[in-house]
Amino acid sequence: MTMTDYYTLGDPVADTKAPDGPIETRWERRRFGAKLVNPANKRKLTVIVVGTGLAGGSAAATLGELGYQVKSYCYQDSPRRAHSIAAQGGINAAKNYRNDGDSVHRLFYDTVKGGDFRSRESNVHRLAQISVQIIDQCVAQGVPFAREYGGLLDTRSFGGAQVSRTFYARGQTGQQLLLGAYQALERQIAAGTVTMHDRHEMLELIIVDGRARGIVVRDLVTGEISTEFADAVVLASGGYGNVFFLSTNAKGCNVTASWRAHRKGALFANPCYTQIHPTCIPVSGDHQSKLTLMSESLRNDGRVWVPKAKGDNRVAADIPEDERDYYLERIYPAFGNLVPRDIASRAAKNVCDEGRGVGPGGLGVYLDFAAAIGRLGRDAVEAKYGNLFEMYERITGEDPYSTPMRIYPAVHYTMGGLWVDYDLQSTVPGLFVIGEANFSDHGANRLGASALMQGLADGYFVLPNTIGDYLAAGPFPKLDGENAEVAEARKLVEDRIEKLLSINGDRTVDSFHRELGRIMWEYCGMERTDAGLRKAITEIRELKAEFWQRAKVPGDGEGLNQSMERAGRVADFFELAELMCIDALHREESAGGHFRAESQTEEGEAERDDERFSYVAAWEFGGDLPVLHKEDLTFEYVHPSQRSYK
Amino acid sequence: MSLKLRIWRQADAADKGSMVTYQLQNVSPDMSFLEMLDVLNERLTLDGEDPVAFDHDCREGICGMCSLVINGVPHGPEKATTTCQLHMRHFTDGQTIDIEPWRAAAFPVVKDLVVDRRAFDKIIQAGGYISAPTGSAPDAHATPVPKADADLAFEAATCIGCGACVAACPNGSGMLFTAAKITHLGLLPQGQPERNTRVIDMINAHDEAGFGGCTNTGECTSVCPKGIPLETIARLNKDYRQALRAAS
Repeated sequence: MTMTDYYTLGDPVADTKAPDGPIETRWERRRFGAKLVNPANKRKLTVIVVGTGLAGGSAAATLGELGYQVKSYCYQDSPRRAHSIAAQGGINAAKNYRNDGDSVHRLFYDTVKGGDFRSRESNVHRLAQISVQIIDQCVAQGVPFAREYGGLLDTRSFGGAQVSRTFYARGQTGQQLLLGAYQALERQIAAGTVTMHDRHEMLELIIVDGRARGIVVRDLVTGEISTEFADAVVLASGGYGNVFFLSTNAKGCNVTASWRAHRKGALFANPCYTQIHPTCIPVSGDHQSKLTLMSESLRNDGRVWVPKAKGDNRVAADIPEDERDYYLERIYPAFGNLVPRDIASRAAKNVCDEGRGVGPGGLGVYLDFAAAIGRLGRDAVEAKYGNLFEMYERITGEDPYSTPMRIYPAVHYTMGGLWVDYDLQSTVPGLFVIGEANFSDHGANRLGASALMQGLADGYFVLPNTIGDYLAAGPFPKLDGENAEVAEARKLVEDRIEKLLSINGDRTVDSFHRELGRIMWEYCGMERTDAGLRKAITEIRELKAEFWQRAKVPGDGEGLNQSMERAGRVADFFELAELMCIDALHREESAGGHFRAESQTEEGEAERDDERFSYVAAWEFGGDLPVLHKEDLTFEYVHPSQRSYK
Repeated sequence: MSLKLRIWRQADAADKGSMVTYQLQNVSPDMSFLEMLDVLNERLTLDGEDPVAFDHDCREGICGMCSLVINGVPHGPEKATTTCQLHMRHFTDGQTIDIEPWRAAAFPVVKDLVVDRRAFDKIIQAGGYISAPTGSAPDAHATPVPKADADLAFEAATCIGCGACVAACPNGSGMLFTAAKITHLGLLPQGQPERNTRVIDMINAHDEAGFGGCTNTGECTSVCPKGIPLETIARLNKDYRQALRAAS
């Protein structure tokens, strides 16, 4: 098949809200240019926020503080459980407390370069500016960041950054930041500005007269379907890494909220940009339900190696030093074990593909602390990494002080997401998208400790300032269930549930999800090829058809039915998976987390093609034939260069 | 290994519920406890039976959603370990394992092993925060915090809100959860202005939500997957007395 059998080309898309002029003043000028909502009118305006992670929780709390009526939704039993809570490493901010040459401009520069020149300069610069305020805000809320003996905040250098700008709370930074946002949210719930709907899942977007006006939700406990209305809808529903079945995401993370909005007209940008984290605990068997990340900081002192010989089954201790291949140190002498995530991940895959992997199935490499223990002593290593070593031992039953850890890459974060303009508004008026659910700031690759920064920047500072420009035209006409567009959205949900329950096949939803994940990992994972992606699209379409014939979804729609919840999410993952493969197929270059085998340098490194692909690929839903809208990327401040870590 | 599982089945909040026995073969010692239940549920689904409902999400010990009483102990036999991080290598071939939900007046059962823990959110709503609206913060270095205080505050703040402390307490008390938040915020300079009202309001909300009183049995801290120390409750009591005196 030719490319045109997979998609069609639509008109270019442009960010009409992006200000021009000097980059340092763009955010200030946009805020000044945005319309304001009179304080007395704010309480007449309702905003729905879906998701309560760092982005959604901070947005709902802040909108409540501003005086809007906020309705907040999450599928968990409490807003405090959103998966932001699992982030370990830290949060970047250009405070320059270390006097080591950091600045807003340097954080901006590092983020644009780290994203492999596939993000917008305006957005990234704003993110770097706001990073400074985030730390102030979180400290004021009582977030217990690590401190020095003088009582001031500690920082560390993270993910290969040359300055020390990462603020952290031991290995639980995400937890502490999320609890800060959660507490601010609970304060607004008590104040009556936010109403909380936990154990509720958004299953459809309601668009009336061209504006996003509400959502259809299912109460996961009673099974009741209801239509919820507002003057604007904010999606903060996270990333879609679970399309791979195995990922570091929580089991409940899903793409349904975003995908339903996409089907209703919101463009989906760069879906193929996924981040694969190099240091996760390997799969132990067919029962594996998720993967656990080991903090990247381990690579500061651990040495990565595999045996030199293929199929060497000796235990690590029996392999002499000269029969070990410290391959990162060998290939990348300048950065060694600290090369960026995408490079470390692909190198691990390559040595395993050569048959030199270790552990069950040969899908693992060693991360060895023997040298560090010899150099620093066991106590020093324990002080630095004790909690991580315990976690590793709990899961694998092996003691990393005496035998090297085994690690393998796993899907961790998705840079793609719903397309938004500078105001974080999607192509559906009144639908805003924040946090990991949007696409805007990380380009083709996210730097370590930048996810927390972006989630909180969007939720605390960007959205609450930009949404007013839209809401100033409201409140919009009252709605009820009689409205034809509302009734239609509700019926879509009811019909879909009925359809899922009526298949009554002979194969479980999880078995389909596992198989979909295997296809995605194989063909749309760390290395993608033209032939592989075409094969994947065919296989996904076949599997999707089989799903609707053979899936077994037990029970009914009345009351708690976790199998049915999963079935709906997996059905949407099938459609997303197709689009991811089509996006990866069309992007015939390597960029960040997207490595196309056909586009590499002679040394085997990723090779961008700025002539042909310096754009955002924003996809319009079109069933089997999506429509590609291109947003050109221009770089005025950071000149695109090829990354080199040799 | 093969196991005999006795699992609490309850159709909904109104149902009386009972223990139901299942045999499960070919359990790998490398499975997590929840993966073992996944295997059971796959089988029940194919057999046309209703799978067992249980709460879980991150499966890496931090979200606080998983919540099983295993052989009478919340989160099972391993110290400082959530259910999702417990692995089957800690059980033996042929063992009988009882699996029940959290049992406490303040945590009604929703279905099978799933309970409603919103009472914890109510306690936080009453004052488990520092009032610092977005945008109002001074520079982060404006107020240094002694490292010892910051470290102690952090330790208390690692509470994941799972509710094991309540499930273990003979009184069904939520005092360890409440005390962890009082300790976290009360140790920081930013938390001082609301310190007195916070403790009184949170204790009142705790009692209204149906939690029992604390009699210092210490069961809570012994099952806590994050090792929140009992001293936090002593600190709460001290703050409470101080706040009452200040109010009178």
